[in-house]
Amino acid sequence: MSFREEHELHKRRFGRNLGLALVLAGFIVIVFGLTVVKVTRGDGEPENATAVQN
Amino acid sequence: MSDASLHSQASDRDAGFADYFALLKPRVMSLVVFTAMVGLLAAPVAVHPMIAFASILFIAVGGGASGALNMWWDADIDKVMTRTAQRPIPAGRVSPDEAYAIGMTLSVFAVIMLALAANWVAAGLLAFTIFFYVVVYTMWLKRWTPQNIVIGGAAGAFPPMIGWAVATGGISVESVLMFTLIFMWTPPHFWALALFMKSDYRDAGVPMLTVTHGRRATRAHILVYTLLLAGIAVGMGFTAVGGPIYLLVSVVMNALFVYGAVAIWRRDETAAQADGYRREKSFFGLSLLYLFLHFGAILGEAALAPYGLGGW
Repeated sequence: MSFREEHELHKRRFGRNLGLALVLAGFIVIVFGLTVVKVTRGDGEPENATAVQN
Repeated sequence: MSDASLHSQASDRDAGFADYFALLKPRVMSLVVFTAMVGLLAAPVAVHPMIAFASILFIAVGGGASGALNMWWDADIDKVMTRTAQRPIPAGRVSPDEAYAIGMTLSVFAVIMLALAANWVAAGLLAFTIFFYVVVYTMWLKRWTPQNIVIGGAAGAFPPMIGWAVATGGISVESVLMFTLIFMWTPPHFWALALFMKSDYRDAGVPMLTVTHGRRATRAHILVYTLLLAGIAVGMGFTAVGGPIYLLVSVVMNALFVYGAVAIWRRDETAAQADGYRREKSFFGLSLLYLFLHFGAILGEAALAPYGLGGW
C-alpha cells in the first residue's frame, strides 16, 4: 500500500487533521516546558536528598 | 447498504475541527479560564508561569470535556430547543458516540495532566466538577427538578477553587467565598435567560422554573436570589479577597443588578412581550458583566497587594 497517492478523504479531512496535528504539537511543547520547570526546581526529588548529599 | 451510499453519507456529515471544538462549549470555557485564573492569581502562593499556564489549560480542557459529555447526553433536548439546535450533535455534524469518546478521553486526560502539572487536590476538584456537571446536573437534576440550575450551578462555581488549589494545594475560606459568589449568581443569570427564551424549555420538557411555577414566580425568584447575592457579594468586600477596589465595584454593580431585578419583578408578561423582553435581555447581559467585574476586582486587589495597595 502506497502513501503517495492522495485519497479524496485526505483532502476532505485536511482541516481536521491539521488542527489535530497543531494540538498534539502544542501538547508536546507544554509537556517539555513542564518537564524543564519541574526538573530545574527539583520537584519530585526526596526532601532529604540534599541533606544526605551534604 | 452499499459502499457508495456509506461514503456519500459519511461525506455529508464530515465534521471539521471547529465542530469538535464547539463540543467543548468555548464560551463557557472562557468563563472557566477567567475565574480559574483569578483563583490561581489571588492565592497567596506564587506559581511558576509555565505551571500556571498549563494548569489553567488543563482546567479548561476538563471543563470542555464535561461540555462534550453534556451535549452527548442532552442531544435530544438540544434538538428541540432553538438556542441549541445548531450544536454539532443535533445538527448532525458529530455523532453522539464521537462526542462521548471525546468527552471521556479529555476528562481523564485533563485530570491526570492537572495532577502531574500541579497537585492531586486540584485534580480531585476538577474530577469532582466534571462528575457533578455531567452526572449530578446533566443526567439527574436537569430533567427532574426546577431547582436544577440552583444546585447544578455548583459545577460552574468550582473553577476558582481549582485555581486556588493549584497554587496552595488546598481549600480555604477565600476560595469557598469565590465559589459562593458564582453559585449565588447562577440562578438569576439563567432564570433571566429562561424568561426570554420563552417556550424552548417547555418544548424540550425541561422543568425550568418558568415551566413548573410560571413566569410570575420566576420573576420573584430572580429578585430574591439577586438580593441574597448582593448581600454576599458586597459582604465579600470586607473579607481577605476583598478591598477598596472590590468594594466599590461590588456596590455599584449590585445596585445596578438589584435595580434590574426589581424592574423584572415589577413587569408583567404583556409589557415584556411588547418590547421583546428588552429588560430581561439587558439583565442577562448585565449579569455577565457583573461576574467579570467582580472577579476582575478580586484580581486587581491581588495584583496591587505586593505594592501595599490591594486588600485592607
